[in-house]
Amino acid sequence: MTDLPTVGLPADTTATTEHQLRPRGRRVRRLTKRDKIVLATMVAIPTIIEAALIWVPTVLSVILSFTKWNGLDLSNIRSNGVQNYHFVVNDYPAFWPAVRHNVLWLVFLALIATPLGLLIAVLLDQRLRGSKIYQTVFFVPVMLSLALVGIIWQLMYSPESGLIDSIMGTAGKPNAIDWVGDSSINIWSALIAATWKHVGYIMILYLAGLKGVDPAIKEAAAIDGANERQIFFRVVFPAMRPINIVVVVITIIESLRAFDIVFVFNGGRNGLELISALVYQNLVGEGQVIGIGSALAVILLVCALIPIVTYLSRTFGKEKQQ
Amino acid sequence: MTTTEIPSAAELSPLSQPEHSPVRAGPRPKRYGTHLFLIAMSVLWLIPLLWTLFTSLRTKTDTDANGYFSVPKSLTFSNYSDAWTQGQFTTAFTNSAIIVIPTVLLTLFLASLMAFAVSRFSWKFNITLLIIFTAGNMLPPQVLATPIFEMYRLTPLPNSVSDSGSFLNTYYGVIAIIVAFQLGFCTFVLSNYMKALPIDLTEAAMVDGCGVWRMYRQIIMPLCRPALAALGTLEVIWVYNEFFWPLLLITSGDRLPVTTAINNLKGEFLSDYNLIAAGATITIIPTLIVYLALQRQFVAGLTLGGSKG
Repeated sequence: MTDLPTVGLPADTTATTEHQLRPRGRRVRRLTKRDKIVLATMVAIPTIIEAALIWVPTVLSVILSFTKWNGLDLSNIRSNGVQNYHFVVNDYPAFWPAVRHNVLWLVFLALIATPLGLLIAVLLDQRLRGSKIYQTVFFVPVMLSLALVGIIWQLMYSPESGLIDSIMGTAGKPNAIDWVGDSSINIWSALIAATWKHVGYIMILYLAGLKGVDPAIKEAAAIDGANERQIFFRVVFPAMRPINIVVVVITIIESLRAFDIVFVFNGGRNGLELISALVYQNLVGEGQVIGIGSALAVILLVCALIPIVTYLSRTFGKEKQQ
Repeated sequence: MTTTEIPSAAELSPLSQPEHSPVRAGPRPKRYGTHLFLIAMSVLWLIPLLWTLFTSLRTKTDTDANGYFSVPKSLTFSNYSDAWTQGQFTTAFTNSAIIVIPTVLLTLFLASLMAFAVSRFSWKFNITLLIIFTAGNMLPPQVLATPIFEMYRLTPLPNSVSDSGSFLNTYYGVIAIIVAFQLGFCTFVLSNYMKALPIDLTEAAMVDGCGVWRMYRQIIMPLCRPALAALGTLEVIWVYNEFFWPLLLITSGDRLPVTTAINNLKGEFLSDYNLIAAGATITIIPTLIVYLALQRQFVAGLTLGGSKG
């Protein structure tokens, strides 16, 4: 029987808080020239890779979003001002549905999947019989790729062979519901598939978080006459603040990164538009429209930078001030 | 299930933390409502997996005649052998191995170098660089998809190295971008871990005239083994699960790794759902092996970093 490990919360999730900071006054000044060269190399190699393959392309995305290019010869690049953005916002039919779907994705994960993961973690944290078996069950989808999650759920949703239509008795019949093909409902089908994986992930993070909460503060609250619900919402939940921040950031980033499931379902069209899928379609699709794809990528980038900057300034803020 | 003797994540913290959840005495409370809810949820969670397995074990003649939701006349493994040969799984698994093994080793090696330099020494931009690395890992990959694709296309490689004459359709290209993406996460986790190792370790070594490389190699790295094991397990699963980059960068079907190749099975097997289900189950097998052998490591890795989706 395998079980989830107990993670000391302060050590693992808030490792950058004060108590683990190395004392700043003790700067090492005894580095020889050779040591400095070694250190510089250790920094330079990863930094060059990170810069060349992550940040240079990110900047290039921004630059390309102001150009017109068919993606063939570099000499064909023409400046296009803000025309691409203008086109995307005003004339690109898939754009606003994609924005709505990304927002819906975030709202659904934030209001349903994440709280469900937290609820399960709280229930499993109570020394429940069979807790490890439950954990194992919810944990399995976390290890599967989102593409495979999409395929597995397509087997559930298929109007000919799917379990859902089979139970409804409509499988293979003309009145079968096409959960993936019907553009009025397929976004919900995709969200359920995404939830299947997301819940287990959140559960794991919160199980670790709950184990890290000092039982003494719960006991103190109980002695003061707080009931279980009050103890959780007023004491335990606020005490898990570092984990809560991580979970919020993960939920936002996941909803911006959502791509694989809708791509497996139908390539991200016909009711399943997402900004990430539109970027891909403009890059690989029929006529390559690099400028439009890049403008979409920049919109995605700006949305992603909000949670990233918030999270990093919280995580590293204290450290930098010192 | 297996019993593993791998250290738990609590031990993964170099600062030994007091265990917060001592075993409390007394009988377990009986919570029937809670169990009812959890059993219902577990059943819901297992249904997609069991349905895939069930579909994969039935013959097409049986399901065509009786429907998919029916008592099976017979169960068969023939879908698995058919899916394996028709889906070219030998090739796909080889491709996955070619991508996963170097990617994980390179990522851990480069991240440990960077983490060591930013966490054990204070210099002007160490935190800034760490922030840039961590932020890079959190970007949606689609943000840089277009420039990466074009950079790869326009960078010439000799034909002896790449038959496309560029980085496109090569394993190097896929490995490089996944390494770059995962570097941020691994550097963040490892630097937190290394930061928590006592400062005296390296200070004392320094006084004794120990060079930086020996410090990394013989003092810090051996102490990081638990973190490297957890991260390595996590990265093997993540890189194996990588769908987007091979999809974008690899054009020949016989070079795709498993996770990206399964999406093509739908086209190849048309609407033979039994074969698709068998193919899906086959791709779970490596994950399942890691799951049974190294679940603790995987979970430890997830909770160790927790900053990545």
